[in-house]
Amino acid sequence: MRFTFQTISLALVSLASIMSSAHAAEHVYSANNVKWKTECSACHLAYPPQLLPAESWRVMMTQLDKHFGADASLDAKTAAEISAFLQANAERNNRATTGKPSLRITETRWFKKEHDEVPARVWSSAAVKQAGNCAACHTQAERGDFSERSLRVPR
Amino acid sequence: MKHIPHKLMIMLALAATGLTQPVFALTAADTLKQLEQSAKQTDPTFKGVSAQRGERLFKTTHGAEWSCASCHTDNPAASGKHAKTGKVIAPLAPAANAERFTRPDKVEKWFRRNCNDVLNRACTASEQGDVLAYLMTIKN
Repeated sequence: MRFTFQTISLALVSLASIMSSAHAAEHVYSANNVKWKTECSACHLAYPPQLLPAESWRVMMTQLDKHFGADASLDAKTAAEISAFLQANAERNNRATTGKPSLRITETRWFKKEHDEVPARVWSSAAVKQAGNCAACHTQAERGDFSERSLRVPR
Repeated sequence: MKHIPHKLMIMLALAATGLTQPVFALTAADTLKQLEQSAKQTDPTFKGVSAQRGERLFKTTHGAEWSCASCHTDNPAASGKHAKTGKVIAPLAPAANAERFTRPDKVEKWFRRNCNDVLNRACTASEQGDVLAYLMTIKN
């Protein structure tokens, strides 16, 4: 009986991890939090929590008054809620990375690898301007959909 | 007097739908009055707001890279664009965007952030009043 229960649990856990990695491979992120969406998207795309490790989000949320050159400070309660949401849904594949976590999504190893085919002229084009402008190519980025099928690289 | 029953209706409607925070708590004119009161309390020499001073504050830089107009443009009735991210910013002038300056929490948040970015310090209530007075002179 005990053996059967363990086997089923193990099977379920494996299934869940297969499903979640399949989900990640699709590059579609569905985690949602109203405050995260509202506050982050006031200035830029609400970057999905899965794009950075938890430690990066934790650090970033403690220094919002100096957020990439702008004051993005929030009241403590809102900041705490958003930080918890980001960390709970953060990227989990790069646990082995050493050193200080990058706060810039575009400096992560996975970002560079995923975008290594993008020519320099696309990055510097008027439509893109900067690498953090996901929606310039990922047409459904606002919905957390970064899949290949919604990708339209501007000419 | 005309406004009170209207506001009451909104409050009742919101209470009925279970929303705790009214969407439009104040008008921009109410916000300006509050800023004037706060300026009077903190500065005994305060002699009222000035749209002219507000316009100057809005359109010029103050030692930092950005002015208010860097993102909101020289025409606050038009849509702006975030100087760094390119995100479209809805018009700031109340005549063009009725939601502006109606929520004290948002007013506090954005003056705090943006004054820090533009002036490297907090704005006084009198300065905030000047800017709002200027924005209220803009016709759509």
